[in-house]
This record gives sequence, structure tokens and C-alpha cells, in this order.
Amino acid sequence: MDGIHDMGGMHGFGRVEPEQDEPVFHAPWEGRTLALNRAMGYTGVWTIDQTRAGIERLPPDVYLSSSYYKKWEMRLENMIVDLGLAGRDELDAGHALRPGKALKRKLTAADVPNTLSRGSFSRPAPGPARFKAGDKVRTKNIHPATHTRLPRYARGKSGVIEAVRGCHVYPDTVAIGRGENPQWLYTVVFESRELWGDAADPLLKISIEAFEPYLERA
Amino acid sequence: MTHDHDHEHGSELSEMQLRVRALETVLAEKGYIDQAALDAIVEAYETKVGPHTGARVVAKAWSDPAFRQALLADASKAVASFGLLNRVGDHLIAVENTPKRHNMIVCTLCSCYPWEVLGLPPVWYKSAPYRSRAVSDPRSVLADFGVKLPAGTDIRVWDSTAETRFIVLPMRPAGAEGWSEERLASLVTRDSMIGTGLPKNPKEVA
Repeated sequence: MDGIHDMGGMHGFGRVEPEQDEPVFHAPWEGRTLALNRAMGYTGVWTIDQTRAGIERLPPDVYLSSSYYKKWEMRLENMIVDLGLAGRDELDAGHALRPGKALKRKLTAADVPNTLSRGSFSRPAPGPARFKAGDKVRTKNIHPATHTRLPRYARGKSGVIEAVRGCHVYPDTVAIGRGENPQWLYTVVFESRELWGDAADPLLKISIEAFEPYLERA
Repeated sequence: MTHDHDHEHGSELSEMQLRVRALETVLAEKGYIDQAALDAIVEAYETKVGPHTGARVVAKAWSDPAFRQALLADASKAVASFGLLNRVGDHLIAVENTPKRHNMIVCTLCSCYPWEVLGLPPVWYKSAPYRSRAVSDPRSVLADFGVKLPAGTDIRVWDSTAETRFIVLPMRPAGAEGWSEERLASLVTRDSMIGTGLPKNPKEVA
């Protein structure tokens, strides 16, 4: 999706402003929002890529003007309503008005220490990797209206495979409910001038993590 | 546009507090969540998970050449063998700074970050200014952090566009010869493991 979330290379956002002694959460609701996302993810009702797509679907003006955890909170409400897990009327009332659905599992406090680490996204490969380190590739010029992890600034660009990272769940299909569809994942390196033109910093290189369907042989 | 967090706006904060409380209540009453689990998650991120873990990993890599090699070969495996975490997720990759090359980590599409070793990302990491400029003009981003690399230093920016996660192994500063791993860890800042900072000068912490 060519959305506002795809920010690489945009101008006009100003300075980066690090905050001294930044707290982990700026308000208690931020921590609760993170924990709610984590606990609902644990039930198996959605995948991480579906949640990323949920943020990307927020209207651009809302995306830009909302804090990070506010975006998470709105995404959580939207996904809960869209999946029929609760009604907007219940969120407005602040209480359940109907019984819940049966979900696969529920996170307990005892399980929490084991859920703090990420799961594996590796999957058995359906076939051999098409590329190897050192191969020249070109990213495709694709513009799907749905979730993708190929950023705009790196589409239609020539680069070099630096590493093969294994075969992983493919975000572009899993985000739209079309299955994990495992694909080989590569680190692809670009010269700065290939991405940003002749005025680019000549000592800069940029890499993305690219799934095989994003790439063709150059 | 600068910071996008809203803690200055009291009315929005209290509105959010109410909204999240309503959501939590509904999900608990539906039987989907256990509020004690939420407490445990918040407590873990406030007290247990954080950049002190990454700092210990870096300090060990500075002290132990075999560990450094193992870390650069397979960071998930090396960190797991260290025993600081009860489990380490897959796909962690350590990238090493050298006198010739400086590494910087970003996620231009969202906020991917190595939570297990660095904790939750700071607000600036998730902000539009960082995500937009890190890939096109990282030297100006470093300037925002007050960091100036020696002229002629290559910069490599890693955009975290998949489930691979990156941690920078910064260069060990001179002046800390013979230091224990614990003491070395006190030199390792969070930002030095993202690539927007450098380790502290040993004189600052001695």
C-alpha cells in the first residue's frame, strides 16, 4: 500500500528530537495498550502483518497527528470490531453487552515471560533460493493497494544480494489472509546514488530485507 | 512536525486513559484477556527488558573474541548461549562498526526494533523525522544527535523491512583496557547499538 507509513526519503518532517531520560511509557494507558495488543495477538486472532496493515489503513491525517500508542489503540479497536470480537456499541458503553467468542487460547500472567521473545518466522523452503550472495538484482516496480514490505524508495532499483536470510512467512499474502506462502528473504544493498541521485552521499549504502517475489535478475 | 507524542495535551491523555480502560474492560468481560497478564507485560517492559541486555552482549563481544565471532555469525544463537534471556527470538543480526564503516538501523515502514536486547524503541526511532531521513541523509540525522563521524567514514543503513532485527556492535573505545565486562557495559549506550550514537568515553564513567 502506497501509504503515509512508507516514509523513507520524504522531506519536511524536521529534526530528530531525542528525549533525555525518556520513560518506557509516557502515560499508563500506553503500557496497557501495548499489553492489550500483545494479549490479543496471543489469542491467535491475527498475525503481526495483519496488525501492521491495520496501522497502514488509518487515514493519513490521523496517522501523522496521532502518537504511536494512540495509533495502536485505534488499530486495536478497528480490528476487534472488524473481526466481530466486540461491537462499537460495547466499546462506547465500556462493558460487554453480549458474550464473547471462543478463542484458541488466552494469555495468563504465568505465560508472559515466555511470550516476551519473538517467535520464528522461518518456514521450510518450497524450493531452492533463486539468488545467492553477490548476484545483481533489480527490485520490481510494484504498487499493491494491500500490505507490502517493499518500500517505495527501493522499487525499480538495482542492487546486490549481500546475504540470504532463509525462507520466511511472506507478509504480502499473510496480511490479506492468503496464507504464509513462504519466500526466500535476502539482504539487498543499494548504492546511495541509485536511490537518491547524483547529489547523494557517495559514502552511503542502504540495504533492505527483500522477499524473493520483489526481485528480478539484473 | 516534531515529536508526535501527546503527553503535553492533558485532555487527549485523559480521553485516551478512558478509551483504553473501556477497551480493556470489554475484552476482559468477553473472556479474551486476563488483566493479570497485562500487568505482567507492563511490568516486564518497565523493569526487565531493556538496553542493559544489549550492553552486556556488546561488552562480552569486546572482551571475548570467540563470542564476538559467534555474535557476528548468528546473533540469536550467541545471545541465547549467553543466558541473559530465558529465550531469544530468531533472526537477530549483529552488524559491526569499524574505523572504515558506521552502521545505522531504521525501520522506514513502521517501528521494527530488536526489543529483546534493546527494550521498547524510543519515540524518536518511531518518528517521521528519523524514519524519513535515516535512509537518505544519515549524516544529518547523526548531526541531530551531536555525532560527527571522521571524514571518509562509510555509512551503511539497514532498513528493517522484514522480521530480521539488527543490533550495532559499536567499536570499543580506547582507554578501557583491562576493564571487566560489567564496567565495559557501562560505556555502551542504547543509541550506540542503534547507530545514532557512540559508546561513552571511559573517562566519563571512570
